[in-house]
Amino acid sequence: MRARRFLPGGWLSLYAFLYIVFLYLPVVFLPIFSINTAPTPKFPLTGYTLKWYEDLPNTPALLDAAWNSLIVGVSASVLATVLGILAARSITRYRYPGRRTINGLIMAPLVLPEVIVAISMLLVMLQLGLSLSLFTVVLGHVLICIPYSMTVLTSGFEGFDRSLEEASADLGESAFGTFRRVTLPMVAPAIISSLLVCFTISLDEFIIAFFLTGTEATLPIYIWGQLRFASKLPGVLALGTLLLIASFLLMTVAEILRRRAARRTQNEGGLYA
Amino acid sequence: MPDQLQIERSQPGRPQSDRPMIEIRNVIRSYGAFKALDDASLTIREGEFFSLLGPSGCGKTTLLRMIAGFDNPTSGSIAVGGQPMEGIPANRRPTNMVFQSYAIFPHLDVEQNVAYGLKRLKLQGGEEKRRVEEALTQVSLTGLGKRRATELSGGQRQRVALARALVMRPKVLLLDEPLSALDKKLREQMQIELRRLQQAVGITFVLVTHDQYEALAMSDRIAVMFGGRIAQVASPKEIYQRPVNRQVADFLGGMNFVKAEIVEENGASLVVDTLGFGRVKTDKPKAFVGTGGGATLGIRPERLRVLWDNATAKFEVAGKVVERHYFGEITHLIVEIPGLEKPLSVTETNDFGADDIPVGTSIRLAYDPEALVAMAD
Repeated sequence: MRARRFLPGGWLSLYAFLYIVFLYLPVVFLPIFSINTAPTPKFPLTGYTLKWYEDLPNTPALLDAAWNSLIVGVSASVLATVLGILAARSITRYRYPGRRTINGLIMAPLVLPEVIVAISMLLVMLQLGLSLSLFTVVLGHVLICIPYSMTVLTSGFEGFDRSLEEASADLGESAFGTFRRVTLPMVAPAIISSLLVCFTISLDEFIIAFFLTGTEATLPIYIWGQLRFASKLPGVLALGTLLLIASFLLMTVAEILRRRAARRTQNEGGLYA
Repeated sequence: MPDQLQIERSQPGRPQSDRPMIEIRNVIRSYGAFKALDDASLTIREGEFFSLLGPSGCGKTTLLRMIAGFDNPTSGSIAVGGQPMEGIPANRRPTNMVFQSYAIFPHLDVEQNVAYGLKRLKLQGGEEKRRVEEALTQVSLTGLGKRRATELSGGQRQRVALARALVMRPKVLLLDEPLSALDKKLREQMQIELRRLQQAVGITFVLVTHDQYEALAMSDRIAVMFGGRIAQVASPKEIYQRPVNRQVADFLGGMNFVKAEIVEENGASLVVDTLGFGRVKTDKPKAFVGTGGGATLGIRPERLRVLWDNATAKFEVAGKVVERHYFGEITHLIVEIPGLEKPLSVTETNDFGADDIPVGTSIRLAYDPEALVAMAD
């Protein structure tokens, strides 16, 4: 194999550098201003404080919003993952006409404009006579989470050696026992990974929640509401920082688990091939 | 090496009963218009090491999977141990399988893999542990019980798969190309070990393979299959020496074919005229159908011997060496015989200098007329 070439100097590296800065600098401002003593996000920084964080638990509206987000996040991730398991299993295991089309349709919400999806869902909900609540938000979030859940689960299920399930049956195990003792443990990391990814997406999703929620705010909606008051900004920054850290941690764990699942199922094939 | 002696002695096989263990009757498996199995009938005896041999796509794996219960006949019946298998799912059949991919559970260690099937039996008082130990000893994996399946070599995985099946004490052990993933040396070693193991446990083994040497080396009997049909069922020696047709003869190794004309045909024997070998009397194959007075004779390359100097033999043919190929312990000579449309292929060991015979030399070949076998085209 040829030695990897060094990135050529000059314009390309400058472009890459600016690109990264543009992408991540705003995100870095968030935690920086959240520990600044001044209530307005302006340089120079005036001093270090944690008081904006300390104030957070004393805001009942915030706690309500956090609780709502938790309920929505857990429900949406569980539902999306269950549906994702069924779809991913069918896509990876069976060959049937229209398989690619169906796969494409399931993945479509990934590229549809979210605001369009939100408005369409709002119309459907109202037509169905459903009153807007956290439940309708969950339905919306399931729709946009499934593509992510599918991606994670498909990579976990792919390469799953079918003879493992046959071997289990051959050794006397029933269909359910095989699922419990072989299939489930093998794909568990992928399932957990899918739950985490879906939860993270639901946690910071704004547009669909904004259209489909009734009076109960989720965290992003609460933050949106707070932005009208300049004095509340530092609290929002602190909250935002926490969400950022939580998302980052969840996604990291999810990715580690996804890779482990993919490695586990593909191991069999790899070693004797 | 005492082990070596033991194999020699056990080679003819432990006495088998004549009781049938697996009875396959008129089994057809069709996928639309394609027939993976076309009217296969076969009886495998209790305690027998039986091989299904054939090229890929001949239906041998389909047949094995039907015995295991992973596939069902379109028509016909399969019985194991006198019990019809129709409607009985794989998890309730008295058979266990060693998969081609080994199918070792990657999330379990070696012991847990071997104990997998026993867990359901809920054995009392350390019986499970004892049986796992015993199985691991049988396949020479003692001490590796706590290894993760992913840390094992190909040969070790194969042994785990064997132990996991044997620990269930099945009536029949099914092996789906178990050695095909191993390198040549390990494969040959495992052939001997598998045969030895089968002799020790006395369980009926059914092996699927496309490797003729593997089948010849291990089996008590072999069924050779082509295109969904069973062409011949016999002992390795008979399959090799008396193939029923050219296809079987070819698949089992090199064979010189000689056209012959039938002079006389009666119950058990055949008298034919050939251009190279003159008039030959030979056994008539069971299902022999002469085509318009013609027949085909075959003789294996190693059954033709080079006659040195002035040595003579009762039966000999003369010809000229046109090609010589050196293979270490043996040399292949291609010898043109006047009157034969195709030159004969001759395999000679190198201990008398066959590797030094110059191309173009006129030589004489000795043969035993017994080695000339008549077969269907």
